[in-house]
Amino acid sequence: MPVKELDVGLDEYKYGFRDPEKYVYKAKKGLSRKTVEEISWMKQEPDWMRKLRFKSLDIFEKKPLPTWGGDLTQLDFQDIYYYIKPAEKQGKTWDEVPEDIKKTFERLGIPEAERKFLAGVGAQYESEVVYHSLKKELEEKGVIFLDTDSALRKHPDLFKEYFGTVIPPADNKMAALNSAVWSGGSFIYIPAGVKVDMPLQAYFRINAERMGQFERTLIIAEEDSQVHYVEGCTAPIYDADSLHSAVVEIIVRPGARVRYTTIQNWSNNVYNLVTKRAAAYEGATMEWIDGNLGSKLTMKYPSVYLMGPKARAEILSIAFAGRNQYQDAGGKVIHGAPETSSTITSKSISKDGGRTAYRGLVKVYKGAGNIKSTVRCDALILDGESRSDTYPYMEIDEENVNIGHEATVSKIGEEQLFYLMSRGLSEQEAAIMIVNGFIEPLVKELPMEYAVEMNRLIELQMEGSVG
Amino acid sequence: MNPILEIKDLYVSIDGKQILKGINVEIGPGEVHALMGRNGSGKSTLAYALMGHPKYVVDEGRIFFRGENLLELSPDQRARKGLFLAFQYPMAVPGVSVANFLRTAVNAVNGDGGEKKSIPVSRFRKELKENMNLLKIEPSFAKRYLNDGFSGGEKKRMEVLQLAMVKPALAILDEADSGLDIDALKIVSESINRVMDGEMGTLIITHYQRILNYINPNFVHVMADGRIVASGGPELARKLETQGYEWLEGEGVSADAG
Ligand SMILES: Nc1ncnc2c1ncn2[C@@H]1O[C@H](COP(=O)(O)OP(=O)(O)O)[C@@H](O)[C@H]1O
Ligand SMILES: [Mg+2]
Repeated sequence: MPVKELDVGLDEYKYGFRDPEKYVYKAKKGLSRKTVEEISWMKQEPDWMRKLRFKSLDIFEKKPLPTWGGDLTQLDFQDIYYYIKPAEKQGKTWDEVPEDIKKTFERLGIPEAERKFLAGVGAQYESEVVYHSLKKELEEKGVIFLDTDSALRKHPDLFKEYFGTVIPPADNKMAALNSAVWSGGSFIYIPAGVKVDMPLQAYFRINAERMGQFERTLIIAEEDSQVHYVEGCTAPIYDADSLHSAVVEIIVRPGARVRYTTIQNWSNNVYNLVTKRAAAYEGATMEWIDGNLGSKLTMKYPSVYLMGPKARAEILSIAFAGRNQYQDAGGKVIHGAPETSSTITSKSISKDGGRTAYRGLVKVYKGAGNIKSTVRCDALILDGESRSDTYPYMEIDEENVNIGHEATVSKIGEEQLFYLMSRGLSEQEAAIMIVNGFIEPLVKELPMEYAVEMNRLIELQMEGSVG
Repeated sequence: MNPILEIKDLYVSIDGKQILKGINVEIGPGEVHALMGRNGSGKSTLAYALMGHPKYVVDEGRIFFRGENLLELSPDQRARKGLFLAFQYPMAVPGVSVANFLRTAVNAVNGDGGEKKSIPVSRFRKELKENMNLLKIEPSFAKRYLNDGFSGGEKKRMEVLQLAMVKPALAILDEADSGLDIDALKIVSESINRVMDGEMGTLIITHYQRILNYINPNFVHVMADGRIVASGGPELARKLETQGYEWLEGEGVSADAG
């Protein structure tokens, strides 16, 4: 009973609608010194940032494309728009956001979520953040939640101190590209001891064809502070490919705790090549929850550098690859201090010829004794055309370590489907129940609203209505 | 009274291998039929074929459920018509809680479908609690993942709990008693008796006579090599208990020759 036969064949991706293009400014297609100059000029940036962009462009041009992971040879960097400014200014209320864009975010449910359970919201459309808000109490406590461009203007010293310190431009080719053309993203600063109870959320929307979105996010959590940041993203479906290449840097000071949740639901023509890394100091906790449902190709391995004793990393990765999708995801943990611990849990589902891969690294430096690390990856393959691979790398330079690795690959079983069908569930309902059960251990880690969203997205994927 | 289930001259094969070779059984409302036979005689094959497992191919014969041709229906459609199978080897579904699963199943069979309304949550909870109590299943099981890490006996109770919640028109119980100690057997039988109290037809598959001390069959059939080689009343089960299956084997062979 292959599950694929059940697909209702709706080829409609729910978020695939597009708005007419009414932009304030759209840079010429393609990447050059001039493009970078233009972006920097539009933003009226300080000189150091302008120079950093140029240096980054040089690095990008020199570095070769990665030869592992997905195929990037079809990605034409000259066939992409690098900067589109959708509106004259940023809204502080939704009414200040241009009507079409506001409607788009309403269809995506953002203002409603904001009213219900968020402490702050940023909404990025193409290259710029068009709306931003933060609850007043948090502002009064010294919390900063801004789009990254505004942060550079308003907090230049803080910005310069941290920008590019966790992920320098030379880290990899895509990080260099982002450093050259970055625009938008979130900047978060949580003062020592401040605990933000409700999540801060950013939503990224690509609308134009052949668009490149290069947001840059920087989170600084001071000692004993706490924050949960959530990001979501969608785009319309086009024949031509788009590119999303973000850089996310996080600094988790001693005793602080940061949770970063992503529900990535790009349309199936988006290359999603993202570098995410956190540095966690003594007794700090960094958690990445990374849900990859959309995109044509995702290559993303959120990492944590454990820099102080007793720091902790947790990486939960959920990937779903349907037709023409390749999710190459996983995580990296670098144990650079003793008594640090880490857990990487990956659950992937492939269907209709989709491909998933877990790619991960656990590295332990000499001297980082008494560490504990557990890696667990489970793959569920729904039919004979689909594929899943595991690439777990370990580099252990210390003897006193406790490292566990476990991997399973299972196929959705005919007997399991039959059992559920004998209880009145249709074949599709049965398959959805099995898949939701498979990811349940991760989904239950999400706040309720996102757990519901995740289950719903998986159901849409299962119905074949996505992609 | 019209039978609920009519099995007429049924031939079933798996992977091209003929397993059932002409089965005839009729089960009416409120009737309890016991199907006995040695391991490998084809009892579970009959159960799977009735429920519509895609690997069990019906080569010949017909099955009617309340007069309707069952062979045209998928397993879930059969379930929604009122057929239920308690599995000999229930499957685990990790990540799906017992409560969530039961609610989905009860709504799929007895509610939902667009036309019928779904069961109110409060009523569902009450019934679940009652039935779990009767079956002496710890309340914490409602939150556990379905059959995941359950012992053999716990899985059997879970099947009977599903039976009690779904309340089908016809229940097939495939070795509902295997792996249960005497106390558990009593508890499970009591629950089965409670559900049977009424119009439900029942087909109890077992290879021991034991469970029939607690659940009284109206008819007993004995299967050997894919055929029913003897049918009778409760006394047949007692005869098997004292004399074993051997005396029947000759009859099976002679039926073969005929
Ligand atoms: N999936 C299967 N594939 C091939 N043969 C099977 C399969 N299931 C059962 N059989 C065979 O069919 C016969 C009847 O099995 P079964 O119906 O399970 O008997 P019982 O339930 O009476 O013990 C046995 O010979 C068994 O080996
Ligand atoms: Mg059997």
